[in-house]
Amino acid sequence: MQNNMIAFAGNPNAGKTTLFNTITGSRQHVGNYPGITVERKEGTVQHGDHQLNIIDLPGCYSLTAYTQEELVSRQVLVDERPDLVVNVVDATKLERHLYLTIQFLELGIPVILALNMMDDVRNKGMSIDIAALSQSLNCPAISTVARSGEGKDQLLDQIIETSSNRAGKWSPLAISYGTDIDPALAKMEQIINDNGFLTERYPARWTAIKYLEGDENLQEQGKQFPDISQQLIEIADNLHEHCSKTLNSFPEAIIADYRYGFIHALLRKGVVTMPSVENRLDITDNLDKVLTHKVLGPTLMMALLYTMFQVTFSLGDYPMQLLETIFGLLADGASQILPAGHLQSLIVSGVIDGVGGVLSFVPLIMIMFIMIAFLEDSGYMARVAYMMDKIFRIFGLHGSSVMPFIISGGIAGGCAVPGVMAARTLRSPREKLATILTAPFMPCGAKIPVFLLLIGAFFADHRPMIMFSITLTAWFMALIVAKLLRSTLIKGESTPFVMELPPYRWPTLQGVIIHTWERTWEYIKKAGTVILAISILLWAAMTFPSQSSDTLATFDSQRQQLMQQLSQDNDKQSTQHIASEIEQLNQQQNMEALKNSYAGRLGLALEPISQYAGFNWRTNIALIGGVAAKEVIVSTLGTAYSIGESEAEESTSLATRIAKDPTWNKSAAVSAIIFVLLYAPCFVTIVVMARESSWKWACFALIFNTTIAFSLATLIYQIGIRLA
Amino acid sequence: MICSIRQLGVHDKATVTSITAAGEMGRRLRDMGLVPGTEIEIVGRAPLKDPVALRLRGFTLTLRNNEADFIHVDKRDALDAE
Repeated sequence: MQNNMIAFAGNPNAGKTTLFNTITGSRQHVGNYPGITVERKEGTVQHGDHQLNIIDLPGCYSLTAYTQEELVSRQVLVDERPDLVVNVVDATKLERHLYLTIQFLELGIPVILALNMMDDVRNKGMSIDIAALSQSLNCPAISTVARSGEGKDQLLDQIIETSSNRAGKWSPLAISYGTDIDPALAKMEQIINDNGFLTERYPARWTAIKYLEGDENLQEQGKQFPDISQQLIEIADNLHEHCSKTLNSFPEAIIADYRYGFIHALLRKGVVTMPSVENRLDITDNLDKVLTHKVLGPTLMMALLYTMFQVTFSLGDYPMQLLETIFGLLADGASQILPAGHLQSLIVSGVIDGVGGVLSFVPLIMIMFIMIAFLEDSGYMARVAYMMDKIFRIFGLHGSSVMPFIISGGIAGGCAVPGVMAARTLRSPREKLATILTAPFMPCGAKIPVFLLLIGAFFADHRPMIMFSITLTAWFMALIVAKLLRSTLIKGESTPFVMELPPYRWPTLQGVIIHTWERTWEYIKKAGTVILAISILLWAAMTFPSQSSDTLATFDSQRQQLMQQLSQDNDKQSTQHIASEIEQLNQQQNMEALKNSYAGRLGLALEPISQYAGFNWRTNIALIGGVAAKEVIVSTLGTAYSIGESEAEESTSLATRIAKDPTWNKSAAVSAIIFVLLYAPCFVTIVVMARESSWKWACFALIFNTTIAFSLATLIYQIGIRLA
Repeated sequence: MICSIRQLGVHDKATVTSITAAGEMGRRLRDMGLVPGTEIEIVGRAPLKDPVALRLRGFTLTLRNNEADFIHVDKRDALDAE
């Protein structure tokens, strides 16, 4: 058995990942390149007596050092030295896709060209002389159709043949860059070869070209030989000056011109024959006439996003409830098996509730990602970005930011967890970060019960109007804060929008399933571990220190007394009365226990500050609990106002109690609504945010959002009580 | 007629004459195939007139107007286009 390492590379939308999926099937796994958020996908396939380990490099257009994707691709090729690169190209767009191919050939790594989408080539009436193409590029070329698996076996045979022929030997292609560049390149090559400058990693001519292109990554590596690096930079600078004086251009642009010239000349030599009558209006053009139409486009987009959102959350509800029921049963079972006490409480409230909380998001994430995978793979997502960009750009965001916002609750009732994960479709780092940081402002499904409770208590007559205002406020704040961040902490030019509008295609089922499963599994793994720890921590904060034995004894003796009365009493009415008194006593004990816990003490300690925003200590405890999960706010308020969970009309009676509490009023209610809307994202979201950006930014969101929320809540409360 | 992409209407065809963007922007445009001599056709504009969608080298590319301003083109007259 022989092992071969193969890299798949190509432009985005070339069908590279589809081909990778077709070949490796489910034998793949996803990881991350250290320190960055680019995914590392690997898979294996058995062919003959060879085991092929395939790495699916991120899609890129070029091999400069300008995006993380390009840098990573380059590093894998140079540092891990795969046996060969399978360069997947869209055969209908050879002229552009070969631009990357040329760069692989210049690097010298063995290349096999996979001419993908050959079915489209045939349908368009084009023809490609594969033998001629292969000969002029001096690399094997195989025609494939990734979606149907056509050409798969030929490709695998070719991989094995080429890797044994080339035996890992690199042979760089030298292209002429004209009379201005070539002499300078020759001079630089000489210096590089004489000094063995980075030659163990890169071919000499490649290094020289990269110096002419002003490649920062390579210049950084060159610093270990400062003298030689300086000589090369001088030559490059001189050439730059010469070109700008005499040609009104610069070396980088001239190099690109010559590469395209090389490709153009090559394809003209009878490699590609276009049909005599061009079929100008294809399906994509026709669809775009409607889908990106001035009026119809945005209307259909809104309708589609709204439907998608509705489907996700109504479909997701059933499995979510099922999971909640299962975890409820588990908790009941554990309570029966384990003796009452801290261990039982830890297992039930800490572990089972924590894990259950994480897993209950799973159905939602799966459905959401099926939808997103569908929108992305079909090519529609690029159109959404295209239509929305003008608006979002004003706030320093990107057309693609619309998706994360909507999923997070831009239409009230979403969830920031899949929302933040959806920000992955953004390829511009600054816009992505600003989107991730502001998406949690949206009114997610867990915040809504809090709003309903407070609206019910103070503004029962204006429910729809207030819910609508909350959503508007969320959008307003998200966009304004995004603008604020983009002009301060995440300052910088907007990343060029330059984006391909791919042709519409039906997504492959396999692609959608793999994509969805990867995301979901990643969420379970990453979120599961951290959230379990945090959940236990919060459980401890709300449980310890336990009540003193004196307090316990007082409650116990009172309870005993009532029990005795109950056993002696036979009158139905008074039995009921005593039973409810016992219930009340239990609730009061729960409340005292909560007040006595670390969380309770923190709530009390914060009261002098929080009163400026109109929050009493009970609200504080609930809000602290809400950092774990916003669902906790209402139930903790219930405990703090000693309303048992068993009571049927919990929220109405809680609403009445809150309405009666003299420390609450309309201003405090509005202030609390704003605070809950904007303050720290829940922990699941924070973990996901850290995963998509970094822990630094996730912690920033925790503090920054809470500060904004508190300032705004205080402002509203102070104005409110003065007006009232 | 030499002009910028902003001045072209939908379905206008033109040839790129020069690209004045340097650095990241210039690199990105070149990587996508926009170099002098490239034939382009405007295929559409977004509902708010920006970004613009162009067809070149057999695929469709979108750019913001302020990015397209770096690209100078020689517009083909209606007669030439036929």
